[in-house]
Amino acid sequence: MKKNPYRTQNIAFFFLFLATLLIVVPVGLIVVIIIQKGLPAINWQFLSDIPRHGMRAGGIFPAIIGTVYLVTGAIIFALPIGLLAAIYLSEYSKDNLLNRVIKLAIVNLAGVPSVVYGLFGLALFVIFFKFGASILSGSLTLGIMILPIIITTSREALESVPQSFREVSLSLGASKWQTIRHVVLPNAIPGILTGTILGLGRAAGETAPILFTVAAFYLPQLPKSIFDQAMALPYHLYVISTQVPNVDEKIRYGTAFVLLALVLFMNLVAIIIRTKFRKKKKW
Amino acid sequence: MVIFDIKNLNTWFDSTQALKSVSMQVLANEILSIIGPSNSGKTTFLRMLNRLNDLNPHFKMNGDVQFDGEDIRKVDVEFLRRKIGMVFALPLPLPLSIFDNVAYGMRMAGIKNRKCLAQVVENALKQAYLWEEVKDRLAESAFKLSGGQQQRLCIARTLAVEPDVILFDEPCSGLDPISTAKVEDAMVKLKEKYTIVLVTNNVKQAARVGDRTAFFLSGELIELDKTDKIFTVPQDKRTDGYIRGKFG
Repeated sequence: MKKNPYRTQNIAFFFLFLATLLIVVPVGLIVVIIIQKGLPAINWQFLSDIPRHGMRAGGIFPAIIGTVYLVTGAIIFALPIGLLAAIYLSEYSKDNLLNRVIKLAIVNLAGVPSVVYGLFGLALFVIFFKFGASILSGSLTLGIMILPIIITTSREALESVPQSFREVSLSLGASKWQTIRHVVLPNAIPGILTGTILGLGRAAGETAPILFTVAAFYLPQLPKSIFDQAMALPYHLYVISTQVPNVDEKIRYGTAFVLLALVLFMNLVAIIIRTKFRKKKKW
Repeated sequence: MVIFDIKNLNTWFDSTQALKSVSMQVLANEILSIIGPSNSGKTTFLRMLNRLNDLNPHFKMNGDVQFDGEDIRKVDVEFLRRKIGMVFALPLPLPLSIFDNVAYGMRMAGIKNRKCLAQVVENALKQAYLWEEVKDRLAESAFKLSGGQQQRLCIARTLAVEPDVILFDEPCSGLDPISTAKVEDAMVKLKEKYTIVLVTNNVKQAARVGDRTAFFLSGELIELDKTDKIFTVPQDKRTDGYIRGKFG
């Protein structure tokens, strides 16, 4: 039989489409189910009240605030350090064995299980630095966890700025730092924000790193300082799903919905900033 | 007056030698064209003059290259690059407005005074024959200009830093004949104030604008003489062959 190139192409397209579908459908289903089951639980009391009756009623306000604090703290810690490291690695470090090992190690750190970060945070921040189980310890632990993501994506963003832009800037007598500051960084911001978005989502959703470092099982008041413990949404979800019997399904899915919406909202802010910068980028 | 005095220059990228014992001089207020086939070392030579090759960690050079009587490797590199401007093969505006593109070099040199910057930008755009076309839209993105306008913008941007020398690296390779003519006109006018080194793949361009012409082949300087001599009575038969289009 003669091979028909169009049929081969159609078969290939079919499989490519199938693979895409296999990714999209589960994600879509998760979102749909969480919205369907969680939305009925959402009301003002649920969002603004403390948990009551052994977390079987009332709201999840302390957990929302806790997660917002933790994510903000993690970004405040990880973004500047990650960005500076990325600038060093992409612009200043020489291409030698040591630096290649460092880059490889950073990429691999992104794949370390989050519970390992949790233990690390417990040992370093909670015990060694004596921060105790606190928002500070939790934020730092989450920050360290998302550092590799931020460094890797920022580095890629910096390296994707065309070399010719650097040459133009240098040829006009700009110093290397001026070139980075005025040409490379502004054009890398969209990519850096992508890394921040990824890191943000991960910091908001992880349970293991906050388990030992900050998360409170039940704390019906808001944290007063960064040295206080706090509730957090992912851990709260874990608790009401597995540790507390007879919690209404509505409350569990409602909590999941709020977590999802919170991450989406924070991402949205970053995406809007990114779009603004992308509009400027034309080459 | 001698602007560049180059003696026995050798350069390498790793172990590949790009320029082989090149010795020559660049004189003040001339247009020196450099012609030669691809891979002959023309661009390496040009980028050596403002030390842009140094960005490549694989680049090595030895020999003596003096700019205004000083070794280019001993002068402050930012100062050197302000004195030696460069226009690249493709129009490469920075992703900024027209005004900010031209003002970039001066701003990096620390000049913040708006009036002063506006004056510099206007003068530079006038010298590059672009002012009339863009004076009403200086705040627009430089990418909105046509290719030829972008290249003249790049010339203006280089002029704004007030260099002594301008290096042109095949500045018309991406332009249509009319835009090319405009760029060439600008170059000829510019030599009153500046020294110009022009690398070109277009032999006719060298004949049109060059005061002197150098022919490079495989990293060697084959011949350097007055342009009309190179194009009428070349001393080396390889030069003759190249300009007649027998190879390259």
